[in-house]
Amino acid sequence: MTALTPQTADFGPPAAMRDTPINWLKKNLFSPWYNTIITLVIGAIALYAAYTFGNWALTTAQWDVIPRNLQLLMVGRYPSELYWRLWVLLGLVAVFSGLSWGVVARRAPQLYSRNILIGLAIAAGVCLLVPTPLPYRLLLLALLLVIAITAWVGQQAGQRLPALGTWISFGWFGVFVTGLILIGGGFFGLESVGTNEWQGLLLTALTAAISIVLCFPIGVIVALGRRSPLPILRWLCVAYIEVIRGVPLITILFMGQVMIPLFLPEGMRPDRVIRAIVGLTLFSSAYLAENVRGGLQSIPRGQGEAARALGLNPVLTVSLIVLPQALKAVIPAIVGQFISLFQDTTLLAIVGLVELLGISNSILANPQFLGRFSEVYLFDALLFWGFCYAMSAASRWVEAKVNVDH
Amino acid sequence: MTYQEPIGATKTVDRAGRSDAMIVAQDVEKWYASNQFHVLRGVSLSIHKGEVVVVMGPSGSGKSTFIRTFNALEEYQKGKITIDGIELSHDLKKIDEIRREVGMVFQQFNLFPHMTVLQNVMLAPIWVRRRKKAEAEAIAMQLLEKVGILEQAKKFPGQLSGGQQQRVAIARALAMQPKIMLFDEPTSALDPEMVREVLDTMRSLAKEGMTMVCVTHEVGFAREVADRVVLMADGLLVEEAPPEEFFNNPRHDRTKQFLSQIL
Ligand SMILES: Nc1ncnc2c1ncn2[C@@H]1O[C@H](COP(=O)(O)OP(=O)(O)O)[C@@H](O)[C@H]1O
Ligand SMILES: [Mg+2]
Repeated sequence: MTALTPQTADFGPPAAMRDTPINWLKKNLFSPWYNTIITLVIGAIALYAAYTFGNWALTTAQWDVIPRNLQLLMVGRYPSELYWRLWVLLGLVAVFSGLSWGVVARRAPQLYSRNILIGLAIAAGVCLLVPTPLPYRLLLLALLLVIAITAWVGQQAGQRLPALGTWISFGWFGVFVTGLILIGGGFFGLESVGTNEWQGLLLTALTAAISIVLCFPIGVIVALGRRSPLPILRWLCVAYIEVIRGVPLITILFMGQVMIPLFLPEGMRPDRVIRAIVGLTLFSSAYLAENVRGGLQSIPRGQGEAARALGLNPVLTVSLIVLPQALKAVIPAIVGQFISLFQDTTLLAIVGLVELLGISNSILANPQFLGRFSEVYLFDALLFWGFCYAMSAASRWVEAKVNVDH
Repeated sequence: MTYQEPIGATKTVDRAGRSDAMIVAQDVEKWYASNQFHVLRGVSLSIHKGEVVVVMGPSGSGKSTFIRTFNALEEYQKGKITIDGIELSHDLKKIDEIRREVGMVFQQFNLFPHMTVLQNVMLAPIWVRRRKKAEAEAIAMQLLEKVGILEQAKKFPGQLSGGQQQRVAIARALAMQPKIMLFDEPTSALDPEMVREVLDTMRSLAKEGMTMVCVTHEVGFAREVADRVVLMADGLLVEEAPPEEFFNNPRHDRTKQFLSQIL
């Protein structure tokens, strides 16, 4: 398209009719006449809604419930003298996010493009406006700075070391394990923190992250199993997928929380958080398997045949040739699955876990904050939106970069 | 004491009594499982070391199926196929052993789109032959130079023309240093102006003494390069003759009819 622009410009409409904002409005919103009516009606409704909301947010709403409970919302009853462990984890995540960003963008002419700079500026503003003591705000800002700097480091290193991307992938796995140790403790002289003290956004992020990391390999294996030449294996995989997809997630979570304890003796019942993670993982794996299967089906038969003809055994054929292409083809669907998994963690509140929504409910049950539903839930929604939007934006960006490479 | 060949290494002797046969197919029969279609109905052919055999025949006659049995991309139900002294059976070890010695070039190229040209060519030597990376790269670069694609080594297949892609596919197969090369209509998916470059590559390969089985309808190539041309029709080998004889005075009506369609 871009290559055509100079030509179309020559033959295009005269300057007066080109798409200035005013012309765009005229063309798209106010003609023909019925569009004008629709525009006006919708515009009026939108304005009214915005006015009512703004009015409420600025005059009626009592936002103090958020700053007064921010630590609860974030980490719940996690011992405050151990907060440093969470900050270390955030620091690690920031370093590896920055490095990954830099490596993926290693061929980009400009790392800090205008849009990226605007995004960073907005993020910095948000960091400074968070209603929390100044040291924490500065720490947040420092994290942002770390991301921006390590991105540059990652880009420079990525241009010189082709294998860096692989190392960073392994590094992420290390971050994951280190994160679990930092949060839970119990190793290397770190004081142990029981799962009933993992709460708030911390618990939300943790259950989502663990489930995502676990459901991915399971989903891939089940998808491959469903295409296996061995009938028993194939039937098992089909049965697994169909059973899980026929049952609502909340049912699976209730079974985990309420029914499993009925079958197992007192001492053998796994931890509630672990049961929830198992439920989420089993659920997402089935959907993920279907997504991956779609990807596998989209790869032409000739790819596998060419690999087999070269002497590659079936395992190598799948892992080097078929699977990489299949996964790349379904990145959007996979990320979509991860996003809904992240959102589905809110169901854990219903089965009694104190994740973000659960802790919000217990704050709202405090007589001091009676009736502040809108404020608290709006804040939760904003957090969820922020995370989900970031995930989908990052996936679109990565996808675009990967496609440019090929 | 008379010399005894070790068991298992017995050289296959073909019908003409020659013992340097690379491919011996005896009465091969195949049915497609999905529809019980009797696609190969007793095909016999033996091909010697260094020989170039061109397979012709109408579409749907079973040419692809037949040559794909040589590297076990297709199974067969009756008969016997021996490749360089190893009998093709259900033994997966044997099949992988044979596939290492038999290169194949497909009509649709089937390059791996997520890898660069160089990675495509290096892949099998590294993972199957266990070559060191530097060694595999040296071999790959040499082969890419031979097929005239050296400058494109760092590009992805999607950035190459059809003719270039097919030459990369040839280099990829050669990187395994096969004893036999199978070509399944290697020029049929190409624009006319690119057919030559691929045929030239195949021609030079034949000159170097590669054993080749080519399904192709390029009469010029067959006349110049082939030692024998065979005609396949309805799952049977109808005619088998040196190119001069095949094109100038075919014996069978089926061959005459086919030649009248393509010449
Ligand atoms: N997987 C399959 N299942 C059933 N029939 C097939 C299959 N593949 C090919 N055939 C049939 O076998 C016949 C021979 O196919 P093929 O070997 O590709 O012929 P050619 O290469 O000579 O054109 C055709 O009639 C085709 O329809
Ligand atoms: Mg064919």
